[in-house]
Amino acid sequence: MRFNRTTFICLALMAAGALFLTQADMFLSNYQLYILKLFFINAILALSLNLIYGFTGMFSLGHAGFMALGAYMAALCILPPEQKEMMWILEPIIWPFSELFTPFWLAVILGGLVAFVFALFIAVPALRLGDDYLGIATLGFAEIIRVLLTNATPITNGSLGIKGIPDSATLLTCYVWMLITLVVIARIVYGNFGNVLRCIRDNEIAAQVMGINVFGYKVMSFCVGAFFAGVGGALLGSHLSTIDPKMFNFLLTFQVLMYVVAGGLGSLTGSILGAGIITVLLEWLRAIEEPMDFFGLVEIPGIPGMRMVVFSVLLLAIILYRREGIMGSREITLAGIGRFFRRLATRTAGREAQ
Amino acid sequence: MSFTVPSPKDAILAAQNVTMRFGGIVAVNDMNVALPQGSICGIIGPNGAGKTTLFNILSGFYTPTEGDVLFKGKSIRKKSPDRVCKLGIARTFQNIRLSSQMTVLENVMVGCHVRRHCSWWMAALGLPNYYREEDEIRDKARALVEKVDLGAMQNEKAGSLPYGAQRRLEIARALATEPSLLLLDEPAAGMNPQESLDLLHFIRQIREEFNLTILLIEHDMKVVMGVCEYIWVMEYGALIAEGEPAAIQENPEVIRAYLGDDFVKGH
Ligand SMILES: Nc1ncnc2c1ncn2[C@@H]1O[C@H](COP(=O)(O)OP(=O)(O)OP(=O)(O)O)[C@@H](O)[C@H]1O
Ligand SMILES: [Mg+2]
Repeated sequence: MRFNRTTFICLALMAAGALFLTQADMFLSNYQLYILKLFFINAILALSLNLIYGFTGMFSLGHAGFMALGAYMAALCILPPEQKEMMWILEPIIWPFSELFTPFWLAVILGGLVAFVFALFIAVPALRLGDDYLGIATLGFAEIIRVLLTNATPITNGSLGIKGIPDSATLLTCYVWMLITLVVIARIVYGNFGNVLRCIRDNEIAAQVMGINVFGYKVMSFCVGAFFAGVGGALLGSHLSTIDPKMFNFLLTFQVLMYVVAGGLGSLTGSILGAGIITVLLEWLRAIEEPMDFFGLVEIPGIPGMRMVVFSVLLLAIILYRREGIMGSREITLAGIGRFFRRLATRTAGREAQ
Repeated sequence: MSFTVPSPKDAILAAQNVTMRFGGIVAVNDMNVALPQGSICGIIGPNGAGKTTLFNILSGFYTPTEGDVLFKGKSIRKKSPDRVCKLGIARTFQNIRLSSQMTVLENVMVGCHVRRHCSWWMAALGLPNYYREEDEIRDKARALVEKVDLGAMQNEKAGSLPYGAQRRLEIARALATEPSLLLLDEPAAGMNPQESLDLLHFIRQIREEFNLTILLIEHDMKVVMGVCEYIWVMEYGALIAEGEPAAIQENPEVIRAYLGDDFVKGH
């Protein structure tokens, strides 16, 4: 860590955020707290995909698979053994998963590690491919993970999924994990390793000539991204308290991709912003799935899935009219905020002088 | 002082009977090149002669169909480009390959990467020696950017620079890898006469300063004849002549290759 003024201000802001969150249940409703937590988790997912896609340029569509691995691993870790024994009705749960019982923080890390290891295996064949082929291959691997989870009944309880996962993912835990994700990825990306990743993204041949082990760094980026996807999945599983293989389908990856693209490829603060805006928007849009009644004249019955339609239209709009997303590849920085307020101040002062 | 081609064992770089076939095309045909330590040599030849292909072999992009490449006496025939760079060969490209979205300084910093000791996880953990090395890399990159007269533009996007400046930036990035051999593929292409003249001095200057051996491909005869101590001439993949600049200028084979049979007959 580098101790200068910016570091201290950032640390202070983070601490203030944490302090606010410990008191948040006094100002916010349960529903708002639920959304806030979802936002932190989604931000983790967006940041991790941005490392892979935005900074290293690997079009990976395997995020839901890594999340599923993290979610299952963590759920198996934090469920009490007796509860597992009761829930696995199709086939009894096998050792060591039957006895596994760890604190939540360890469960989250283990979730991330399982995703990391799996990503390592996938990387060897998949990362030799480029662009769209990589997308198709990773999509395939995510489906394979889903099929494995559905059929490994003695471990995963098959298609019944896991219910009653303890809600150990508190607001503060999710917040801290988001900060860890942000800091780790920012450190990798905003230093010379980040320059290396961006060089690989922009011009692989030039990177090779500069002595960069292109494949090695792709694997690194892919696996670190997968680790945090696993962490996000672990938190999500605990947050929702129920997981089953069906929920980790392609749509989930698509949603994370949305956060990243909307926020701006290659912008970490953009990813957080994108995750926040879309998480809130998706909740608002729940309203349009309800039956609507216009002054008793027209009645529209509720259409489930309507918000995904609106959502897709939004995505199209972004791709057509603002491909670089909200932030492009810029970041919100303290210096930037300072400049903004100073400009605002001079402008107001100028107006008063007139 | 006359130039003598060293034996492959004494040369810093030696291509021995190198042949490269792409299907039916023989892009490089039985080429022999040997560079003495500290020299500046050139490869010339008409378009499509196989010069760039030879560079691609020397820098590890292609494994030659036949023959061997020795660098400091050891074979690099089977080495990948990044390994070749680690060993000390850097190159530039005929069609410039910079990260156009990254700044001038960042591009050069990428070149410094190969000599760094820290691993990425040290960055993730924010260890002090990572930050120390990061500062060293930045300083080294700044100095190189100054060296190629781009100091004022170090925070500009590389893609926004004029052509000549991009070529110099590519050289700075190659120097950042701390090579002992530098391969330049048409460094003067797209430069105006004044810029090519400056380049000529610059090439001599970096040879002294960084203790380099330089091999360059060039169509601009003023640059080639002005800076090279020895020249190999290629046509259709094969060597048609080699010698010191003065001899090459007089060589009828070379004149024919460049200007066509009719021109030679007409005179
Ligand atoms: N990867 C490849 N596959 C097939 N043919 C190739 C390949 N690379 C080069 N060639 C062929 O080899 C020949 C030599 O090409 P090369 O680029 O080496 O020429 P050059 O001497 O650099 O020409 P120029 O002066 O135009 O740069 C050309 O006919 C080219 O089409
Ligand atoms: Mg060429």
